[in-house]
Amino acid sequence: MSYKGKFRVWRGDAEGGDLKDYEVEVNEGEVVLDVIHRLQGTQAPDLAVRWNCKAGKCGSCSAEINGKPKLMCMCRMNTFEEDEVVTVTPMRTFPVIRDLVTDVSFNYQKAREIPAFTPPADLKPGEYRMQQVDVERSQEFRKCIECFLCQDTCHVIRDHEENKESFSGPRFLMRIAELDMHPLDAADRKNAAQEEHGLGFCNITKCCTEVCPEHIKITDNALIPMKERVADRKYDPIVWLGSKIRRRA
Amino acid sequence: MATTGVSAPGRAQIKQKTLRTDRWWLAPLRIGVILAFFVVYATVRIFMNKYYWVDAYHYLTPLYSPCVTSSCVEGSSHLGTWFGDFPRVIPFSIITFVVLAGFRGTCYYYRKAGWRSLLLAPAACAVPEPHKKYNGERKFPLTAVNLHRYFFYGALVFGLLNVYDGTQAFHGKDGGFGIGLGTLIIWINLVMLWMYTLSCHACRHIVGGRLKNFSKHPLRYRYWTFVSKLNPKHGTYAMISLFTVIITDAYIMSVSAGWFSDLRFIN
Repeated sequence: MSYKGKFRVWRGDAEGGDLKDYEVEVNEGEVVLDVIHRLQGTQAPDLAVRWNCKAGKCGSCSAEINGKPKLMCMCRMNTFEEDEVVTVTPMRTFPVIRDLVTDVSFNYQKAREIPAFTPPADLKPGEYRMQQVDVERSQEFRKCIECFLCQDTCHVIRDHEENKESFSGPRFLMRIAELDMHPLDAADRKNAAQEEHGLGFCNITKCCTEVCPEHIKITDNALIPMKERVADRKYDPIVWLGSKIRRRA
Repeated sequence: MATTGVSAPGRAQIKQKTLRTDRWWLAPLRIGVILAFFVVYATVRIFMNKYYWVDAYHYLTPLYSPCVTSSCVEGSSHLGTWFGDFPRVIPFSIITFVVLAGFRGTCYYYRKAGWRSLLLAPAACAVPEPHKKYNGERKFPLTAVNLHRYFFYGALVFGLLNVYDGTQAFHGKDGGFGIGLGTLIIWINLVMLWMYTLSCHACRHIVGGRLKNFSKHPLRYRYWTFVSKLNPKHGTYAMISLFTVIITDAYIMSVSAGWFSDLRFIN
């Protein structure tokens, strides 16, 4: 049940590179990462590829397969025809280091810019009490494995390098939404989401949701609710007036 | 070679803008054609100012409900006459048009569809957009999409008016109870309009999404849970209801103009 699969793999570094053609053995039940490993073991020992768990849980082997951002370990070979050329490239939103490995430090920088969970000042550690019903909504976001495929596919930074400074990307806007929905988080996240992390750049085209290997409904459950919360704060005169009256009362 | 987007310095240098091999252009093209057809159809219809009322069976098209100017044909003004004659250039369904077009125009699903199909930003995932600069929804007039919740409130009111119109459509030729194909079409449209309205993201936020503590608001949590079940299908309801509105309006227009007769089941 094995066959010789046709592969085009991007080889190069920041100075330049090209798509190279290979023929590699493919066996029943394999995923793209298995074939890339065989390629590395038999024909291209210097091929750089980042991987770890081979089970879709570590988020290391993110790449673009036939132009679509995917985890190589979760992309089954039987989804392709036997005579189909499978093209594998590194993620095209981040600087390349070598071959299929990219520098994703942009994401770590954005993560650092988000203030951590901030409990109310009058609560000491050990005194936090929450109802399950209050936290389960944001638990969906904790499934994120930080593969950064959502960041890779988001056109705001993929197509506009200049927006990287003012846009944190879906993964980190989802983190802000998670904290804003947290029953014990006391920090103001709404203004920061819009002013500092660029929520207004998001035009909810749902590519982040489409590529998420954990099937997190990033757009519907995090980004749009966050946009509505920002609208409460910045664009809704009635909510604004109501909050002023309540505060005065 | 271009030096922006996927060709920016430091990124993997690949000549092809996209390496997608599937028919990624098909979905945005299909949606774009549907949206363009609806825009043209709705524009023609609102400026037509006729064929919106079938007196024999009390069918009123949703595009002209409520009809509140003195230009409306007799019997179609369920809510009375609020205005005199509008100038010829102003359609007398202008209020309905503003609210319903505003609701759909600021809807999160239609925004996605518009950005993808009409502005190609992006047409499909991992396919480069053609624009040199991109600001998203950060600047006026696009910040107006944040008024979606107000259009939602308007759509609720108009939805209730449509239900009233629907009850009036059980009208027989002799003045008593009656049901025709038009009645069924009107009620199918009503169901789809309400599914679309209630599955709205703004609705989900208003009924409970804005809360931090569901446990303190059990009733609102139940509403939110209900809307959250409908919400994943919001896009489907958006497109189906677009077609049901067109079909309802086209059917009533045809019967009103006398192009064909209503198929009657009872009276």
